[in-house]
Amino acid sequence: MFRNRWTYLGLAVIVGFMLAALFAPLLAPYDPLTMNLIEQLSRPSAAHWLGQDVNGSDILSRLLYGARISLVVSLAVVALAGSIGVVLGLISGYFGGWTDTLLMRLVDILLAFPGLLLAIALVAVLGPDVKNVIIALTVLGWVSFARLVRGQVLAVKEREFVLAARAAGASNRRIMLVHILPNIMGPVIVQATFSVAGVIIAESSLSFLGLGAPPGTPSWGAMLADGKQVLMDAPHVSIFPGLAIMLAVLAFNFVGDGLRDRYDPKGSSIKK
Amino acid sequence: MTSYLAKRLLLLLFVLFGVVTLVFFLIHLIPGDPVDIMLGDTAVAADKLALRHDLGLDQPIMQQYGRYLGHVVQGDLGISIHSRAPVLREILARFPASAELMIGAMVVALLIAFPLGILAALKPHGLLDASAMFFSFLGIAMPHFWLGPLLIILFSIQLNWLPVNGRGTLAHLVLPAITLGTAMAAMLSRMIRASLLDVLGEDYIRTARAKGLPERTVVLRHALRNALVPVITVIGLQVGVLLSGAIITEAIFDWPGLGTLLLDGISTRNYPLVQGCILFIATIYVLVNMLTDTAYGWADPRVRVR
Repeated sequence: MFRNRWTYLGLAVIVGFMLAALFAPLLAPYDPLTMNLIEQLSRPSAAHWLGQDVNGSDILSRLLYGARISLVVSLAVVALAGSIGVVLGLISGYFGGWTDTLLMRLVDILLAFPGLLLAIALVAVLGPDVKNVIIALTVLGWVSFARLVRGQVLAVKEREFVLAARAAGASNRRIMLVHILPNIMGPVIVQATFSVAGVIIAESSLSFLGLGAPPGTPSWGAMLADGKQVLMDAPHVSIFPGLAIMLAVLAFNFVGDGLRDRYDPKGSSIKK
Repeated sequence: MTSYLAKRLLLLLFVLFGVVTLVFFLIHLIPGDPVDIMLGDTAVAADKLALRHDLGLDQPIMQQYGRYLGHVVQGDLGISIHSRAPVLREILARFPASAELMIGAMVVALLIAFPLGILAALKPHGLLDASAMFFSFLGIAMPHFWLGPLLIILFSIQLNWLPVNGRGTLAHLVLPAITLGTAMAAMLSRMIRASLLDVLGEDYIRTARAKGLPERTVVLRHALRNALVPVITVIGLQVGVLLSGAIITEAIFDWPGLGTLLLDGISTRNYPLVQGCILFIATIYVLVNMLTDTAYGWADPRVRVR
């Protein structure tokens, strides 16, 4: 199915993370919220494979539960942003005119905020909370989907099968959903896969800055923020959550690259 | 070129207007009373009344908006709640530190990306290419807030070569610049490789080689110059990544720039300061994008026609 073996490796890692998140209560050796101040900052050992953090909590257990937050937030954001972006991109590209102008100018304004800045601003005013992180990252994320879909629709809407459907009397809604959408889903799926990787980093960044999950919640970004305070004495507190984030991001990028090779070989930067 | 510039300028003004509007309405998204949140429940009524009046929150919303727009146009971004200093003055005091960090990161990125991208393109699918591309995957996947601590563990704690945090000397800049520049280096090296590979397949490169020119001249003079056009655009766009990455990098290294100012503003609920920082950073980003677009249009006439 895929030419690149890295894609399969990526898929395996993603499945691994999903299983870890799903079965965290069964797999985690300890309760991730249990504190043990006597053993705080203990190095990896047979009892605690990845060591213990500032509160003496088991790092492995917190990582397993942290996978839940990262995956739930990233999949929710990509599902929401993807749906909004696809619908608005379809409308914008298909109807053109003032609807298109209005939507694309809104896109221009949102793109004027570099990277995470708008998400930081939104979470800062709405309050640090997982729900608000999802809202903020969705506001940030739909734009790239809308632009991509609009471009694809512009390329497809003058093709013969669309003209034929219109001549046969199909409604605009039917043309968009039944004839155009299935033909542009390839690049959208590729974009969605890369977006999951982007959202994992964005969510962890917000948690690292104290703008994500509430204090105490096992989240990879927040674990790194805790680790930063004790870098001198216990570097292991920082190393493992970072490794988890990097592996997850690499896995989604590998799969995204594999999907791009399949759906859009011209866009591939690796297989030149 | 003039009509292209006029069009870009018009779009720039529109986008800036949109940014100011969005930033203004941010404060109105705060659930509850912003004054209560900024001053806390224990503040006396007179202080709350004074702040409400200072921020113009006692006026109808459209009047507040008009007032805000008027002030912003005159460079007045409001008064910082805690220091009572003009927000713009606080921002300008911190900006040189952020600019220094971003220039440092850009230098690191270019120093890594060019040799790596060129070497990878010269021997595609070889060991060097695979290693370079693996680095680029790793660089993109490695978040700033992990790379920074890793560098601190290695260079500051284990080897004791570089300071952990703060600003002042070149040694203080090294780790934050590497932290911020690595992702950009990864992105750019992929771009340079892909762009150079495209150009190396062109007829004029074959002609240059057929003329007997040394490979070094063919690559550096003929191929690289033409491969640079799309790379310049990516460098411009990456300024946005640097601007937002700088917020996190500054937090890691306690770098006294705009990012830490913004985060201080958020933690102390100093919303005029938060609004000012966001507006300032977005404006810089929009201006840099405009300059990049213009430079691209100037370098490649086909862009102006589109």
